[in-house]
Amino acid sequence: MDTPQLNSLYQQLILEHYRNPRNKAELAEKTLEVHLANPVCGDEIRLQLRIEDDRIAAAKFVGSGCSISQAAVSMMTTLLQGRSLADADALAKRFTEMMHGSEEAAKDKALGDLRALRGVSKFPVRIKCALLGFDALQQALEKHPAGDKH
Amino acid sequence: MTFDPLRIRSEFPALDQNVNGKPLVYLDSAATSQKPRHVLRALDDYYERDNANVHRGIHELSRRATEGFEEARGKVARWIGASDPAEVIWTSGTTGSINLVASAWGLDNVRAGDEILLSVLEHHSNIVPWQLLARRTGAKLRYVEIDEQGRLILDDLDSLLTDRTKVVAISHVSNALGTVNPVKRIAAAAHARGAVVVVDGAQGAVHTKVDVQDLGVDFYALSGHKMCGPTGSGALWGRRDLLEAMSPYQGGGEMIHFVHRDESTWAELPHKFEAGTPNIAGAIGLGAAVDFLSEIGMDAIQAHERRLMEYALEKVGALDGIRIYGPESLDEHSAVVSFTLGDAHPHDISTILDAEGIAIRAGHHCAQLVMKRYGVSATARASFYLYNTEEDVDRLVEGLGLVVGIFG
Repeated sequence: MDTPQLNSLYQQLILEHYRNPRNKAELAEKTLEVHLANPVCGDEIRLQLRIEDDRIAAAKFVGSGCSISQAAVSMMTTLLQGRSLADADALAKRFTEMMHGSEEAAKDKALGDLRALRGVSKFPVRIKCALLGFDALQQALEKHPAGDKH
Repeated sequence: MTFDPLRIRSEFPALDQNVNGKPLVYLDSAATSQKPRHVLRALDDYYERDNANVHRGIHELSRRATEGFEEARGKVARWIGASDPAEVIWTSGTTGSINLVASAWGLDNVRAGDEILLSVLEHHSNIVPWQLLARRTGAKLRYVEIDEQGRLILDDLDSLLTDRTKVVAISHVSNALGTVNPVKRIAAAAHARGAVVVVDGAQGAVHTKVDVQDLGVDFYALSGHKMCGPTGSGALWGRRDLLEAMSPYQGGGEMIHFVHRDESTWAELPHKFEAGTPNIAGAIGLGAAVDFLSEIGMDAIQAHERRLMEYALEKVGALDGIRIYGPESLDEHSAVVSFTLGDAHPHDISTILDAEGIAIRAGHHCAQLVMKRYGVSATARASFYLYNTEEDVDRLVEGLGLVVGIFG
């Protein structure tokens, strides 16, 4: 099978998160929720956060969509638990850099499992799938009453 | 003339290319068809030789442009069985046509409490214009539901049609599932209640011989780009008495007779509905597409597509984990295979096929009510046209094998 790019896209870790998404549940006592959809594709998530003292005390999501969007948001939530808002924002920026092809970002251990998604940068039409979760996160951070953490 | 898909295929330059290192297999004609040389040449000829504005110049180029533009109108009229070319109005496509009817006819004829009957099968372009009309008039929308095979449930048509039903807007063929709707029967029932019948023919005229008189409808909307013509071309056919009674849609040049300070008088049909400089090249290109399809013959095209569908439903249907949406009988199922495959999301299917040079559509196909009916957010859709072959189906099935390999 002559499809190295496909192999780099559909890594086992991605399929594993797609089939067994982490933190996929309604969050009790959420303080913020952002509903985001990708109207072209129909990917959809509701990201729910509980923010306490400028920290993400808990992050969960519900949604449906392609393997890339759902695996990315699953991986993202595993990294968000307990993180400061400023840290979460930095993570979002780092991931976005990786999606735009940054080799350096792709090596950053801070991205954890998300690094498995580096192959998506070779598939321009799928980048928005991978970014859906972080787009929701950034909207949530902007909505947070304490405001601008940047 | 025998139908030779390979010869036909060679008329379409865009089909002759490699995509991601593999020969292109184009299975997205329901989104837009590829264009034959005959149409491309007509566009070139117009721009290289005859380009001028229509209906207003005395000079030679304007005469030629006007002649080509009006000849094309006649071709489309004959193509759909219209008795008079003046009943064919150039539009930007099906969406433009339906918006024209919903605004120009709708605002004069639909009142608060009236009902607009649609179906769950409709493309958003045959839903949203009616929602806009309903919001402006206070009319109510009602829907014909579909069964498990994606066919309209017409048993309760008599109770859905009431004396308040002013308009029934229905697709000839569903873009999402390929369902062929019994338009003639629906039109007869609607007329018995005094309702006007608007048909979204975006996927209809493409695959079957259309005769608007025989269908017994009042308006028929079509897009040029789905039937080998240029993007941005299209037409609305309407019954002359309705078109004459309607107010204009947009105001501007070309659509007036006399302009006074406070009011104006309207041009004759069809110009009353064609404000501004029209898409002249688009109309001429659409006329050329009609010539191209007529020469091959719609019966031959339909027979070819039916054979392909039979083959595709058998081959694709044999895959593990496949679910095909739409009617089981090919009499009711046009050249679209809408499917899901195991837990592979349609976007993932589409990406994997694209890497193999195979173009399909994945998503809700602008038919979110259909997706909701089946409880899915998206399907994958392979759609066929006159230039597709059994080999294309084989490549699709091979590609789907890769999907199973990755997701299975």
